[in-house]
Amino acid sequence: MARLQLHNLEKTYGNGFRAVHGINLDIQEGEFMVFVGPSGCAKSTTLRMIAGLEDITGGEVRIGDRIVNDLQPGKRHIAMVFQNYALYPHMKVRSNLSFGLRLAGVPKAEREKAVEEVARILEIEPLLDRLPKQLSGGQAQRVALGRALIKKPEVFLFDEPLSNLDAKLRASMRVRITDLHRRLKAEGKSSTVVYVTHDQTEAMTMGDRICVMQSGNIMQVATPKELYDAPANLFVAGFIGMPEMNLVNGRIEGTSFHTAGQAITLPDHVLARLSAKPENAVLGIRPQHLKLSQTGLSARLKNVEFMGHEVYLYADLDGAEIVCVVTTAEYDAMDANADTIRVLPDPTRIHIFDQDSGTNVSLPDQS
Amino acid sequence: MTDTTIDTARLQARKRIRNARISAFVRYVVLLAVGLVMLYPLIWLVGASFKTNNEIFANPGFMPQNPTLDGYIEGWKTSTPYTFGTFFLNSFKIILPKVIGTVISCTFVAYGFARFDFPFKKILFGSVIAILLLPNVVTRIPQYILFRDLGWLDSFLPLWVPSALAGDAFFVFMLVQFLRAIPGDMEEAARVDGANSWQTLLFIVVPMLAPALISVALFQFMWTMNDFLGPLIYISSVDKYPVSLALKLSIDTTEAFAWNRILAMSVLTITPALAVFFAAQKYFIEGISAGGIKG
Ligand SMILES: Nc1ncnc2c1ncn2[C@@H]1O[C@H](COP(=O)(O)OP(=O)(O)OP(=O)(O)O)[C@@H](O)[C@H]1O
Ligand SMILES: [Mg+2]
Repeated sequence: MARLQLHNLEKTYGNGFRAVHGINLDIQEGEFMVFVGPSGCAKSTTLRMIAGLEDITGGEVRIGDRIVNDLQPGKRHIAMVFQNYALYPHMKVRSNLSFGLRLAGVPKAEREKAVEEVARILEIEPLLDRLPKQLSGGQAQRVALGRALIKKPEVFLFDEPLSNLDAKLRASMRVRITDLHRRLKAEGKSSTVVYVTHDQTEAMTMGDRICVMQSGNIMQVATPKELYDAPANLFVAGFIGMPEMNLVNGRIEGTSFHTAGQAITLPDHVLARLSAKPENAVLGIRPQHLKLSQTGLSARLKNVEFMGHEVYLYADLDGAEIVCVVTTAEYDAMDANADTIRVLPDPTRIHIFDQDSGTNVSLPDQS
Repeated sequence: MTDTTIDTARLQARKRIRNARISAFVRYVVLLAVGLVMLYPLIWLVGASFKTNNEIFANPGFMPQNPTLDGYIEGWKTSTPYTFGTFFLNSFKIILPKVIGTVISCTFVAYGFARFDFPFKKILFGSVIAILLLPNVVTRIPQYILFRDLGWLDSFLPLWVPSALAGDAFFVFMLVQFLRAIPGDMEEAARVDGANSWQTLLFIVVPMLAPALISVALFQFMWTMNDFLGPLIYISSVDKYPVSLALKLSIDTTEAFAWNRILAMSVLTITPALAVFFAAQKYFIEGISAGGIKG
């Protein structure tokens, strides 16, 4: 039963590169935490420090009530699933699964029982006597998952476990992993998970909470819905959501937001929330929350993408690249020769960011 | 119209097949000829070992006219109080500890270099490479003096102890290169599974390294079997001679060289090496074409 805490965790590599800049994170017992962020933001480094595969150069990692900084990986009660499976190539699947138990001195009969059980859960019984090179990618990944599961660890660590699989398999493995997590949780078994990915869909669909990272810092930790509805800063706003949130630079004068050439009145609740009136403001609005309207801001239409059930309109709004997502019906109703569109942001969905600090200054309760 | 085109097509196809056959035939004839030329000395050696001493000089072909085991029987007895069996035994008393020691010690050293960070690692690995490039003869005299002072002269120790302590830079280098090509993930997985460094080495690294280790063992076996200079320098009593020296012995002591005996014993001498090589050929080739482990 373990809660996982990172306290001022830092990593400086041997070459002097500072990869992790003192991060704090409190992961609850049984929580599914996803680390997401662009390549090189130190997701793996952080995970490997939790696992004990990388030295911790500052701060501490706590699993349950133990500080594990100086413990060997094998003593931390963790299990890890690697991106390229890392199955032992010379061992049959059966031995791959039971290797950890064997080292721990678990008697043979018990080991075999554990193998059977895990194999049943993951549906890999027919594969038990094969070598890793005789497995497909998806099967190998299930075995890797089984190797983690069999140890009944306090914390599961995943480092981009699905990125080598094709899209279809990835989707089914995603469901399998979340199901498994739910089941373990329902059975009252320890099931704290840290899951690293750079795939937004994985992050949004799997995580209880998501930790968005950028160059060794945590940008925001929140539930998927919160991240989507209330991004704390420009980075998160731009990172989460497909297509990306529209960001338009401008100023706030009185009750309205001025772009280079046009203005839009901000709704009262946004004005009321504004914690500070930033010098240089950025108006953020998701493409799905822009409506075509005669009273809206005008933008020069540049490109149109048909996505089937909806249409992406790419346009230039006073120098800012924006995207507007409309239904096919709405698109059909448009003037076919129009080279400008008028877009009106949904007033309840408007965000105002401070361009200099990047923070969202229009969040409901700033404290 | 269509019939004729089909016919020409068929004709061309047949022609192509015939050409392919001819070129394959030529290729194999050439390969066979060259192979035969390279193997001929060996074939002649085996043939001549069944001839009488006179026939060796009288008959240049390799087929003996009256095959006889005389060379083997007389050769085995040798001109010394010992049979050739003693010399074989001596050889194996050197080879066995040397091969086992080399495999174990080089694995440790290579694992250390490939997987751990420690002070002066670069300088130390640099010196391994430097030793690799150093001609052997340069160290002969200092080594001789060292072993003399240790009181190891006329014993097998100078012949195998250095190698059993990872003294052969070539093997260390070869294993380090092989290890570097194996991703570290499996070892990390083992550590997460609770293995310490020794267990990781034993259960994970060594099995993955097996093809390379087999080549190391084979190389060491053959080189030691063939080593002449080492025993010549360090071994002085005849009862401790390995086969490589013993062969020379039969040339020295006999006034009229009994070539058939020498050839017969030469054949015996190369047999173990050949047998081991063919038995382990598959791994051997896997090992020297190093590197790749299938993901
Ligand atoms: N051994 C190392 N020595 C020096 N710098 C390193 C080392 N390993 C990683 N780094 C650097 O640390 C940073 C974080 O690397 P890390 O592997 O944690 O990124 P990541 O978020 O997992 O990226 P990805 O999504 O591509 O896997 C990168 O800038 C990387 O260049
Ligand atoms: Mg990574």
